[in-house]
Amino acid sequence: MDFTQIYESFQGLENPSFWQHVYMRFYRAWFEGDRWMQYFEGLGTTVLVTILALLIGVVLGVVVAVIRTGHDQQRKGKHNPVLGVLNLICKIYVTVIRGTPMLVQLMIMGFVVFQNSRNFTMVGALALGINSGAYVAEIIRGGLMSLDPGQMEAGRSLGLGYLPTMTYIVVPQAFKAILPALGNEFITLLKDTSLISAIAGKEVVYFAKAIGAKTYDYMFPLLIIAVMYLILVLIFTWLQGKLERRLRASDRR
Amino acid sequence: MIDVKNLTKSFGKHQVLQGINEHIEKGEKVAIIGPSGSGKSTFLRCLNLLEEPTSGTITFEGVDITDPKNDINKLRARMGMVFQQFNLFPHMTVKQNITLAPTKLKLMTKEEADQKAVELLERVGLPDKINAYPKQLSGGQQQRIAIARALAMNPDVMLFDEPTSALDPEMVGEVLEIMKELADEGMTMVVVTHEMGFARSVATRVLFMDQGQIAEQNEPEAFFTNPQNPRLQEFLSKVL
Repeated sequence: MDFTQIYESFQGLENPSFWQHVYMRFYRAWFEGDRWMQYFEGLGTTVLVTILALLIGVVLGVVVAVIRTGHDQQRKGKHNPVLGVLNLICKIYVTVIRGTPMLVQLMIMGFVVFQNSRNFTMVGALALGINSGAYVAEIIRGGLMSLDPGQMEAGRSLGLGYLPTMTYIVVPQAFKAILPALGNEFITLLKDTSLISAIAGKEVVYFAKAIGAKTYDYMFPLLIIAVMYLILVLIFTWLQGKLERRLRASDRR
Repeated sequence: MIDVKNLTKSFGKHQVLQGINEHIEKGEKVAIIGPSGSGKSTFLRCLNLLEEPTSGTITFEGVDITDPKNDINKLRARMGMVFQQFNLFPHMTVKQNITLAPTKLKLMTKEEADQKAVELLERVGLPDKINAYPKQLSGGQQQRIAIARALAMNPDVMLFDEPTSALDPEMVGEVLEIMKELADEGMTMVVVTHEMGFARSVATRVLFMDQGQIAEQNEPEAFFTNPQNPRLQEFLSKVL
């Protein structure tokens, strides 16, 4: 007997029990009309949007963090005016993004800036990436600034330039320090992709709502996607833990 | 070798160095002593531009290092520096710490640098620590590695910024021993230190700094037995 036959046999009952009723609701939310494929289609989009937004966010974040830190660590008397302007732009970017709600930014991007675009998913990824970049920038900047200045001095005193010292000495250590915060930001980003359903991005919440509307029953579609998010986050947390343990090799004594 | 003219350095309104003129010859071992806040570390850090002088010039081997047109990285590559807090790179092994700069600056191939690391570790007495991480080593061992790291660049001068001040007392000796050997081999050295015994036995000249100026200098014997400056007399009476 497969799931459909069980469902049909329950449907014939005059007074289904509580669990038989639960099964029927779940069946309609998951199996009926192969709806489970829609969840996975939505989940695929969710993951894709997360990865795109993460890439945009990390690239933006690194650029902004390098400009901000580079500006603050300039040799005195060697003030670079271009860097000054870039630094100001970065400061405004971070302030505006951190000072306004994600949902409002998303709606401005979807309904104002790209109001003629039909590709809501990509617009959503872009908006999320721009949002994430501001937070990633501050995380990276915090990591770079928190490192003992003696490390930079040691590198420079050996004759290494600013960028090589950053590349070989400061960044690898800062990366290890910011990894937990960066992981946190990634998890936030993954869950924030659910907001793009507000501008009709076709990710997993979008499909859950559609299925709920069709079956007049929102409980199971929403529970199903909640479990999906949870599993994704658990997988990611596990991967992050593995990476952190590997990077900690040099801390053992 | 190093020529300092009218060097001043201010942090905000506070003037730490008040016009220093000093000349250091090749092969000299100069010890700098003085009370805390006298500007001795700042002076040393100005010599390789870790601190940017407010005014004045520093000439190293005929090149004005305070002139922004000169490549400070090339100049620093010829000046080794050892820090109070060692500043080893904790994410790298001892070997990587030593070979990083020579290989990245393309002064040596990887094989040459590895060979050099082995030799230097032999010299500082830690050949078995080549694959250890800094955190696995004691303070004294870390500082000996830091000296080896600086020596890997084949510097013309070595700057020491209170190299034994952060060490447990029983580890001071092993680091001073390495420095003494280095001095005996003819290395030009500038050492900011509180180790009066070291200054007396190893230095060829001792400078006393007070309130941002070199208050007195002499060869060590006369410096310690017959100090002229009253501030120096007071200082020595407290530390000796």
